[in-house]
Amino acid sequence: MQNNRKHLAVVTVLVLIFTVVTYYILAAIYILPDQASAEAASIDNMFTAHFMLIAFLFALIVVFMLYSVVVFRRQPGDETDGPHIHGHTGLEIMWTAVPLLAVIVFSVWGAQMLYDITRDDDVEMTVNVIGRKWSWIFEYPDYPDLGPSQVLVLPVNTAIMMQMESPDVIHSFWVPEFRVKQDLVPGMTTYLRVTPTETGTFRLLCAEICGTLHAEMVAEVRVLSQADFDSWIQEQLISLAALTAEERGQLWSAEYACAACHSITGADGVGPTWLGLFGTERNFTDGTSAIADEEYLRAMILNPNDRYVVGYAQGAMPANFGDQFATRQAQILANEGVEIDILEDLIAYIKSLD
Amino acid sequence: MFTFLSLGIVRGLIGQAIGAAVGYYLVASIRQAAGLPPYQEGALVLGAIFSVFGFLLAAGVFTDWIKWIGGAETPLHHGPPKGRPAWTRYFGVDYNHKVIGIQYSITGIIVLLVGGILALIFRIELVYPGMQFLDHDTYNTFFSAHGIIMIAAILLGVGGMINYLVPMMIGAADMAFPRLNAFSYWITVPSAVLIISGIFIGGWDTGWVAYPPHSTTTPMIGVQLFLLGFWLTGFSSIAGAINLLVTVMTMRAKGMSLFRMPIFVWAAVATSLIQFTATQTVGAALTMIVAERVLGLAFFDPRVSGDPLLYQHIFWFYSHPAVYVFVLPGLGIISELLPVFSRKPLFGYKWIALSSIAIALVGFLVWAHHMFTSGMADGLRYFFMFSTLLVAVPTGVKFFSWVATMWQGKLSFETPMLFVLGAISVFLIGGLTGPILGTVPTDLHLHDSYWVVGHFHATMFGGFVFPFFAAVYYWYPKATGRMYNEALGRLHFWLMVPGFWVMSLGQMQIGLLGMRRRIADYDPALGIEFTQFLITAAALVIGWSVLIMIYNLWASARAPQTAAANNPWRSRSPEWQVASPISEMNYDQPFVVTADPYEYGLDVQYVNMTPAAGD
Repeated sequence: MQNNRKHLAVVTVLVLIFTVVTYYILAAIYILPDQASAEAASIDNMFTAHFMLIAFLFALIVVFMLYSVVVFRRQPGDETDGPHIHGHTGLEIMWTAVPLLAVIVFSVWGAQMLYDITRDDDVEMTVNVIGRKWSWIFEYPDYPDLGPSQVLVLPVNTAIMMQMESPDVIHSFWVPEFRVKQDLVPGMTTYLRVTPTETGTFRLLCAEICGTLHAEMVAEVRVLSQADFDSWIQEQLISLAALTAEERGQLWSAEYACAACHSITGADGVGPTWLGLFGTERNFTDGTSAIADEEYLRAMILNPNDRYVVGYAQGAMPANFGDQFATRQAQILANEGVEIDILEDLIAYIKSLD
Repeated sequence: MFTFLSLGIVRGLIGQAIGAAVGYYLVASIRQAAGLPPYQEGALVLGAIFSVFGFLLAAGVFTDWIKWIGGAETPLHHGPPKGRPAWTRYFGVDYNHKVIGIQYSITGIIVLLVGGILALIFRIELVYPGMQFLDHDTYNTFFSAHGIIMIAAILLGVGGMINYLVPMMIGAADMAFPRLNAFSYWITVPSAVLIISGIFIGGWDTGWVAYPPHSTTTPMIGVQLFLLGFWLTGFSSIAGAINLLVTVMTMRAKGMSLFRMPIFVWAAVATSLIQFTATQTVGAALTMIVAERVLGLAFFDPRVSGDPLLYQHIFWFYSHPAVYVFVLPGLGIISELLPVFSRKPLFGYKWIALSSIAIALVGFLVWAHHMFTSGMADGLRYFFMFSTLLVAVPTGVKFFSWVATMWQGKLSFETPMLFVLGAISVFLIGGLTGPILGTVPTDLHLHDSYWVVGHFHATMFGGFVFPFFAAVYYWYPKATGRMYNEALGRLHFWLMVPGFWVMSLGQMQIGLLGMRRRIADYDPALGIEFTQFLITAAALVIGWSVLIMIYNLWASARAPQTAAANNPWRSRSPEWQVASPISEMNYDQPFVVTADPYEYGLDVQYVNMTPAAGD
């Protein structure tokens, strides 16, 4: 063991230098999106701490390794072995105990932060988020007269609790600028607390694979000042009863993501286009056929898996729209006191597309 | 007489096709006779199940066992098959552990190539935003298939290393149950066929995790072939693990106490403990999905009070520890090779050995960190954050011990050592990017982003791919009696290491910025096109470098002038004290272990190859 102290002294200096250099490289390469929520502010502190730790540990191992590679290389022709060192219990205990300490520090800190960013004692507003294949819908229970929105509009500096549900498969709510994420799970309600701190436009992404158009399952998020938010609310207040059946049908086709698979432009999608569909003859995979009249549309929307039209994916359409419509109709009746038949509105809308 | 049809693999594949047809038409014809509408998916599932039996029967995997049932004697045949060229034993059922080890490894490399080609195809799609030449369903099928195919490849590679090395290292002539060993290998072949054919028969878009209700409702019926193939791969794992544990526990050479085993054997034991005890749960989870789809059962269907989260719990109860199945053998290879190329004892042998067991045990308590955003009970997030971060402690012990092993050594840099150093650097990237995923607040941002993709590719490459290649180069002279081409080996290394760094560091960068996992297309507004291009270019470099390795191994095996010395690495391990290629029964006489395994720098031998009678 020649010059062990000298070697260790050199390496110590190199590790310190390398730590600083690595940290600045990491800070240059690894950039987080804009910070737009109160949660993001505290989470980003933890990111910084992690990057510092990464820089130090990376430097520690890499410097020792590279130093060994350069300094302790075998000379040509040297067939002898290195010094016989079996181990060192003190060292082993140290490099077990010190990381354990770091683990405890980060765990406690992480637990405190998690508790802080998920608590619900000061929530000022609730938004219902419904994710379905492959679109997002937002409802504002604090404003019962407000129809569902396809854009998530939020007032700035307000603690918001998202109540999230999915009628079909698992989706996941992620706005990178907010830093937080939560899955939407069929059969249960999940919650996510966000306090936006910056006005602006962001994108809500589905982060859990949910089928064909998962990549396109994106919605716009608009964070507005309180005044702008209030006027947006006023604009949105519409009475469903005042609309025609066709106009309501168009709203439903957006709300239930019909448009994701059925275009109104004549383009083929996962399902047939609605343009000019009404009154045409439809051929089924079992060899039968039918005219697309009201009765046909009713049957195909409620029970899409009884028969399949030739040329389209089988089983792609959820079979539970009947239940979804009934729930929504009851809700409208409770909030607005009007009886609406979503299925008939949709059929009226499809009829109007020719 | 050699005919093409006498090869077990050929007969097996024909048997698989026949089995598939029988199963398929059985369902179809019964339904027709009963006047029911055709049910393609049910027919497909029975066809797939029958196809596996068809393969195994036709390939001859069951032959000895069937003879036993009839009371016939089935003495083990040693050496190449009679009356046929020696190479044919690699293409049929053979009971020698070295043959099976090589079969595992080569199948693993082939499957690795298939998975790699899929990745390169969709990486090229991702160079530009917008859909270029793949549609959404094809893209989704490719990434789903890439995941499970690579997992199968890794399990095959792990099986290859363990089967080839462990009996040799502990002084056994073979594994404890040679027929079970052959079964464990051969069942992976029809399983790989099922998974790969799933790409063409319907495809599937569930990822390799197959979360319900998506996996139970997706119209893409290739999902069934993937689920069944995955299931069979797990079956192989369980059988192989039992075999390995019995072999190590009962067949070690005289004097080889547990703490005198080569360190790789410790890793193999730790891995097998996980495979033996955890794989059943993923088998159950997959079976439930298949049953829910085909038989209409409803374990996970929320409309009839099923619980989608239940699946995630039982799935990850295996699939997290499985990650340690993938990496522990590779980490064992690093620990095994470092002392040889550093000419120093392995620093803290017992700590490294026990750290493998510790990782295996802690690995059972961390599964729900894959579910931090899933909506599971909030309290669980706190528990699993603590337990997950604990994994860092035994992993750290390994890194520090490796560095200490090199310190003050006499290092030389042949290709296996280069790959060991590459493995440490890459596994370091993978390891250090893990705790940030373990603390829940930061994971809320990173979960299901490309950060995760970068992180686990680094752990898989550092923990499996690089060490596996190191092992292939290192034991290549022992297996073939030939030396690989050192210049090509170095070229492979110098392409693959920087290629990999760029790839995984780039993946993490775009993940941080908001690139989601498993998406066919991304928003140009993210401004990540250049990094996407770099990742793809790096992936292509990695792909080419692997082809260089395959050429190297192929060409060197055929070139007679590259005959290797018996012990080119001056190792003290028993397999290097005898001629290369090592003989059919490994050792002509049992050796005796007389010292600790890595006593470099001391004038003692690990093993006495020619003990006097009574020693």
